[in-house]
Amino acid sequence: MRRRLRELWRTRELLVHLTRSDIKVKYKNSGLGLLWSMVAPLMQLAIFWLVFGFILKNGYPDFVIFLFAGLIAWNFFSGSLMTSTGIIVERAGIVKKVAFPREILPLSIVGAQIFYFAMQAIAFVLILLVLQSAPDWSLIWLLVPASAALLVLAAGFSVLLSAINVKLRDTHHLIEVVLQLWFWLTPIVYPYEKIAPHLHIKGWNFSWLYLANPMTPIVLTFQRVFYPHVTVQSTNPPHPTVAMLPSWPASTYALLDVVILTVGAALVVLSVHVFGKLEGNFAEEL
Amino acid sequence: MGVAAVEIDHVSKHFRLYNDRHSSLKERLIHPGRSTYSDLTALDDIDFSVGAGETVGVMGRNGSGKSTLLKCVCGVLQPTSGQVIVRGSLAGLLELGAGFQIELSGRDNIYLNGSMLGLSKKEVDRAFESIVEFSELGQFIDTQVKFYSSGMYVRLGFAIAVNVDPDVLVIDEVLAVGDEQFQAKCLERIRTFQEEGRTILFVSHNADQIRAICDRAVVLDRGRLLADATPGEAVRAFREHLGEIPEGDELAAPNRQLRASKRVEILGIDVVGGARLHTGDPLQLRVGLLADAPITAGLVLEIHKLNGELLVRTDPDARGATIEVPEGECVVTVDAGKFSVLDGAYQVNVGMVGPHGDVIYDWKECAASLEVTYEGRASGMVAMAPIVEVEARP
Repeated sequence: MRRRLRELWRTRELLVHLTRSDIKVKYKNSGLGLLWSMVAPLMQLAIFWLVFGFILKNGYPDFVIFLFAGLIAWNFFSGSLMTSTGIIVERAGIVKKVAFPREILPLSIVGAQIFYFAMQAIAFVLILLVLQSAPDWSLIWLLVPASAALLVLAAGFSVLLSAINVKLRDTHHLIEVVLQLWFWLTPIVYPYEKIAPHLHIKGWNFSWLYLANPMTPIVLTFQRVFYPHVTVQSTNPPHPTVAMLPSWPASTYALLDVVILTVGAALVVLSVHVFGKLEGNFAEEL
Repeated sequence: MGVAAVEIDHVSKHFRLYNDRHSSLKERLIHPGRSTYSDLTALDDIDFSVGAGETVGVMGRNGSGKSTLLKCVCGVLQPTSGQVIVRGSLAGLLELGAGFQIELSGRDNIYLNGSMLGLSKKEVDRAFESIVEFSELGQFIDTQVKFYSSGMYVRLGFAIAVNVDPDVLVIDEVLAVGDEQFQAKCLERIRTFQEEGRTILFVSHNADQIRAICDRAVVLDRGRLLADATPGEAVRAFREHLGEIPEGDELAAPNRQLRASKRVEILGIDVVGGARLHTGDPLQLRVGLLADAPITAGLVLEIHKLNGELLVRTDPDARGATIEVPEGECVVTVDAGKFSVLDGAYQVNVGMVGPHGDVIYDWKECAASLEVTYEGRASGMVAMAPIVEVEARP
């Protein structure tokens, strides 16, 4: 295990090169090029806003900011998993012919997602400027544990799934469906407080179950930092007060993120271990 | 030799050949533990080592386990049992240009491939010029690799690999690429590698190449180590046990019946007038044969230098090259005409093949040796007596 991690560290330069070539290849020969990594999420954002904000009239002010805060985290996660699950199979050519730590392949996908994340962050900042909405500066530090948790979680899942997919090719198809379900289980297009009150069933509080979805606290943290209000006045008449986000103190958000960071780190260790077990057979299974 | 650079320690590799792989979840559920497979032993207790600075050739027919062995050495495959110990850095050339991103330019691919072979960015920076120069790509270095011709592709692949500066270089049949000039350049480069004391493990179908480059060669046959000897000995073992076709292209004719039956046996070969010749002397060989029944066969003659470089291989397909061999013993006289080769020692291989060169009846490696002396002062390989005349221009 230690040896594997050391080997990974030694080949970090390859990771950088692969990440860079992933990004370059993805937008090669397209007119907008790298701008697509900004445009595509913005379109996705526009669709959700259109459906939920405009047509269904959910009545949340500044819904775009709420949406984007959650989407930016979610896109990183789902993009990593979706692409890296099939990566070993896709790159069979080099896996069969060149010896290098294969974990690099899924990790390079996560690396590329960091870049796309940054591109979306730029778009997000532009939107915040246009709408003249400031994040909650007193909570901005929460982004550090939340982003770290997000990164570690995505890396762990990516490495694990890419290895499993070599043996069970269904994984690749399955993960698409699972991610869709997962998306709707995470409070991204609807606020957490819309669900949480309904989780008290017969005196039992099941909200822990909801929070057991590791993406929920991460998304909540992003929303809490960028969406300036815990409760808002609905824009729909008669303008009732609506709870959007849990009114926890910052420490609770931080604690949840750190818990996920820890779980994510354990997942990474497990993934690298499983990957190592399966890796020996890659060249034969492909 | 000293310490071994590559130790292949009782390495075995078994593959499971699934008749129809159940790699989807549904099939796993429907056929729990019922996927039918047969075991294939690709490597069976291979045990040899390559000393530091040594060049070892690996020969064998298709499917004999050469590539599997090299993959185990490179670490792409894990042996089922036994282990491979490599001392020092290793660059594996299992396939030229493996890992190229065809959408990217040659330049980007040099960096990508270089780092895949274990180079840092600085090291690639330093080697960059010589890689471009060696690959002869020139201005095309900034073109996307997908527009490269296959020759350009492999040239770039080879150029990167030989500029990696590994302690151990593992090459799998990749020298058969490019035009002759580029091949010569690759061989030149390999010679430099040898002079620098690096270790090379080298797979080739080409017996001439093995003889020319290697210090030692091993022969694999269906996963077993058949021979581990000097290149000449190994080539002999390879040909005598496995019946390689002189033209050597087994892929092109998989149905050729190799060494069907030994219907003609070569008893011996004599150089008429002794093995010591002067340049320009007539060369006559007498080959003793033994046949079960009258048969039409072709005779192949190879003469090569001691370092393996081939001077000539006669073509058994040529018109009139076939002979009628009577039943029982007979002697065939081969009149090779004037042997106009400058001084040196040469080896003669002789083979009896089917009338179309498709079957090998018998093959003798190094069946005779020649020692040629030359009194003149010309240098090179071939004797020539030029007549020089002066003609004034009006």
